[in-house]
Amino acid sequence: MLLLLLPLLGALVSAVEVKRPHHHFYEESKPFTCLDGSATISFDQVNDDYCDCKDGSDEPGTSACPNGRFHCTNAGYRPQYVPSSRVNDGICDCCDTTDEYNSGVVCENTCKEMGRKERETLQQMAEVAREGFRLKQALIDEASKGREEKQGKLAELQEGKKSLEEQVETLKTHKEAAEKPEKEAVEIHQKAWDGECPPAGPSHVAIPSGNPLLPPPTHTHTPIFNLARIIFLPSFSVAQNARDQFEEAEKSLKEMEESIRSLEKEISFDFGPLGEFAYLYGQCYELTNNEYIYRLCLFNRVSQKPKHGGSETNLGTWGSWAGPEDQKFSVMKYEHGTGCWQGPNRSTTVSV
Amino acid sequence: FSDKVSSTVVSMWDKIKNVFSPASVGLDFSFPGVEHVYGIPEHADSLRLRTTEGGDPYRLFNLDVFQYELYNPMALYGSVPVMLAHNPQRTLGIFWLNAAETWVDITSNTAGKTLFGKMLDYMQGGGETPQTDVHWMSESGIIDVFLLLGPSPNDVFRQYTSLTGTQALPPLFALAYHQSRWNYNDEDDVAGVDNGFDEHDIPYDVIWLDIEHADGKRYFTWDSNKFPRPREMLQRLAAKKRKMVSIVDPHIKVDSGYRVHNEIRSRGFYIKTKDGSDYEGWCWPGSAGYPDFTNPEMRAWWASMFAYDQYEGSLDNLYTWNDMNEPSVFNGPEVTIHKDAVHHGGWENRDLHNLYGFYVQMATAEGQVQRSRGAERPFVLTRAFFAGSQRYGAVWTGDNAAEWDHVKISIPMCLSLGLVGISFCGADIGGFFKNPESELLVRWYQVGAYQPFFRAHAHLDTVRREPWLFGDENKGLIRAAIRQRYALLPYWYTVFYRSYRTGQPVMRPLWVEYPQDVATFSIDDQYLIGDALLVHPVTEEGARGVQIYLPGKGEVWYDVGTQQKHHAPQTFYMAVTMSSIPVFQRGGSIVVRKERVRRSSECMRSDPYTLYVALSPQGTAQGDLFIDDGHTFNLESKAQYLHRRFSFSGNTLTASSADPKGSFESPAWIERVVILGAGKPAAVFLKETETRLGFQHEAETSVLTLRKPGINIGADWSISLR
Repeated sequence: MLLLLLPLLGALVSAVEVKRPHHHFYEESKPFTCLDGSATISFDQVNDDYCDCKDGSDEPGTSACPNGRFHCTNAGYRPQYVPSSRVNDGICDCCDTTDEYNSGVVCENTCKEMGRKERETLQQMAEVAREGFRLKQALIDEASKGREEKQGKLAELQEGKKSLEEQVETLKTHKEAAEKPEKEAVEIHQKAWDGECPPAGPSHVAIPSGNPLLPPPTHTHTPIFNLARIIFLPSFSVAQNARDQFEEAEKSLKEMEESIRSLEKEISFDFGPLGEFAYLYGQCYELTNNEYIYRLCLFNRVSQKPKHGGSETNLGTWGSWAGPEDQKFSVMKYEHGTGCWQGPNRSTTVSV
Repeated sequence: FSDKVSSTVVSMWDKIKNVFSPASVGLDFSFPGVEHVYGIPEHADSLRLRTTEGGDPYRLFNLDVFQYELYNPMALYGSVPVMLAHNPQRTLGIFWLNAAETWVDITSNTAGKTLFGKMLDYMQGGGETPQTDVHWMSESGIIDVFLLLGPSPNDVFRQYTSLTGTQALPPLFALAYHQSRWNYNDEDDVAGVDNGFDEHDIPYDVIWLDIEHADGKRYFTWDSNKFPRPREMLQRLAAKKRKMVSIVDPHIKVDSGYRVHNEIRSRGFYIKTKDGSDYEGWCWPGSAGYPDFTNPEMRAWWASMFAYDQYEGSLDNLYTWNDMNEPSVFNGPEVTIHKDAVHHGGWENRDLHNLYGFYVQMATAEGQVQRSRGAERPFVLTRAFFAGSQRYGAVWTGDNAAEWDHVKISIPMCLSLGLVGISFCGADIGGFFKNPESELLVRWYQVGAYQPFFRAHAHLDTVRREPWLFGDENKGLIRAAIRQRYALLPYWYTVFYRSYRTGQPVMRPLWVEYPQDVATFSIDDQYLIGDALLVHPVTEEGARGVQIYLPGKGEVWYDVGTQQKHHAPQTFYMAVTMSSIPVFQRGGSIVVRKERVRRSSECMRSDPYTLYVALSPQGTAQGDLFIDDGHTFNLESKAQYLHRRFSFSGNTLTASSADPKGSFESPAWIERVVILGAGKPAAVFLKETETRLGFQHEAETSVLTLRKPGINIGADWSISLR
């Protein structure tokens, strides 16, 4: 059981002085057994700048083992492990300078400074986080209010839709009823027309025949229509009226359905576990560098337009949240943009 | 066996249409008794040149080729008009010194004959002597040919490099790992990638900036939005002992607000059109002029641009990449400059086309030397090259693709370059175009770790591919490959030093070391680094094993991974996993490593060495080690270096000086000696002090490890096994 933990336990023994977090593995009076048990060596071969153990455990303070780790205490900051290959390579890695004890390079101990900076940064981050949480809560409240409102509106619309549908149905029946006499009249007249062609009275000249090049009108349907209007005017105007009403109602129904769809779409978007990203819906942002203007419309699409003219390139449309499992909402993926030359389709990853 | 000039061919082109146009030149050579010819890079082709009957000749004409084809004699970015001919008795070379467009036809009287057919000929006694005929043609110029008579491969290398120079000894960091892509976007991106390597504990030495770093592709400038404080960025890298390379291409934006353009124009340094106006072509910045690097005054001016006060924002850890120096002209014929463009001295581009890139790199390297007042060795990467480019830095195989065939072809491409002097060669790891699958990327790192120039690079439109973006397992595999490279840096550096002194290729075909072994003559899926390591990288998708050929009658080789001994010559199947990089150390050699791999090569400067002594069947071994400060010319100007020789025989390992002229103080010491193929001694003594050394012996593999000799690397000593 202990063996399983050993890889985590690496230790530090500097060439000069033995200081290490797991002191008990390195006892000067006894031969040293590699932490993986692969060999036992005399203690003077520990940290003698030659790798004897396969696991590198005999050289925690030198660069001798390819798989070894060096421990810096970094008093004032955070302790740290660096690969053994960074010991005495002439580059300061540990803020306490302990990794460069024999390379000739002079490192400055920056642990205190780094610790101070880190604490400041942490403080600032904590403040930012507090403020962020406050804002987030507000956004969540707003989103849930907005969502309720939308759902209310949706219910309202759906209710309205129901009654509108009924109305449309009624109007349709009404229209059909009104159209019936009209239709009959037309049919009657059609028959009449087909049977006995009434003489074309002077009032019936429908097509001006002033053009001498055209043959004189012999037979057109216009007279029928005129005839019908003359004869059945009352039933026609009733039907037209019913038709208009029906069409109007049908149009508002369509509009209402459109609003419902768009509301449903908006409600169905995954705006985060508590809807905290809802406020971004429909918002667009632009980023200009020296060549392109990038436009990001959240939950919609991303595009790139050359600054100095030229056509826009689609960098992807809204796909999904694509962060790692525990932070799904940290990354947005916009997919299926214009294809790259010899390559895949463009896509955009937005880090939130 | 002799070479002979069999016929002369005269002009092929242009003669009729214009009396003033140059006449082409040509010459035939016959190699009686030769079936294998090599060289004339750059082509994406096998190591052994193929006959060209019924197809195009091999073409030498520096071009910016978009998505080049493999196993094709088409021209690529660079040209070295040097061919080697080899048979078991002799190696020869032809150096056709002509920088005009050149074509080489190869015919052979044995081409197409099967081995059985050849045997039949032999048994019937009626077979004619095999012979390879080569036909050289150049568009203009004179016939100026050097015949390199060998007779051994090393003689040919010495003869050729006595004419064109040997491989410059790179600064040590340049042999380490380079991280590049088109493009690291801004200072934050650079910092992020740099930190990524430390976070994932992967070593790297150099981060690269491609064309987007400059202000509107105006080289020698920085985009002030993306790189507002280049010096601070370079200082941050320097604090980790790392370097940067920025691209400086030879197409200069035509823009009256750009100082570099104005100076070149006012000094009359641009290449001219045939009508005498400045030649303009289209390239990355739009309309661009092409400085005439064939003009020595232009080169001197260009070199002066690398002074720290001229190249603003540069520091001594900023080095240079010359791309597009064929030169690439997007709207020119075959994407290069018009042949009738006029250079210094009135020469048409057609006469010297293949030299342009050579001069670009020459002037750039000279600029880096000058900025340090002659103290520091330069590092310049070039895409275009010519005979002699080895003197100025590294080359890479251009815009390859993320395909298995491309990783495979990188081996013969770099081997061919090494044979004609240019040893510092590599290919874009991962492939420039397209996105590699993680398996291909891992394998490519394993290949690149064992090629001279080790750089990952990628096209602008590819998905990011830093080593940690492919999961922990692949990250571990890539890290392991890069660490192998770093551990072997002392060996690489020593082999480069030998190449610098002798002209021998760093990465070499097997036949160079085994010139009588016909079985090696066509092998280009495995090769040697120096004379001690044989590498057969895995380049097949889903590979379960590779077919290894170990050459050398009566020799032995040790698998570097398992330390297992194999007898040679033999061909055997070696099973591989994703972590396998088949590498063998020759019995009889000593390879020196540094096994404390750190975050950059400079961090390892004072680290101790481990000697790998691989015993021959006779129980002997020899090897050497070259050390200097890794970056200055002091090895030449002050003889500040150590060249050590190690030799094992009669159960005694001895260290002595291989070159008493050099001297150099190094704090590095010897931490370990690993003897492969050794029995268990009763005791081991360091003779000078009669100190007993601790040791471990693995009976199963016959590996003897001597614990901590602790002697300084510069000291003479001997260790005896008793």
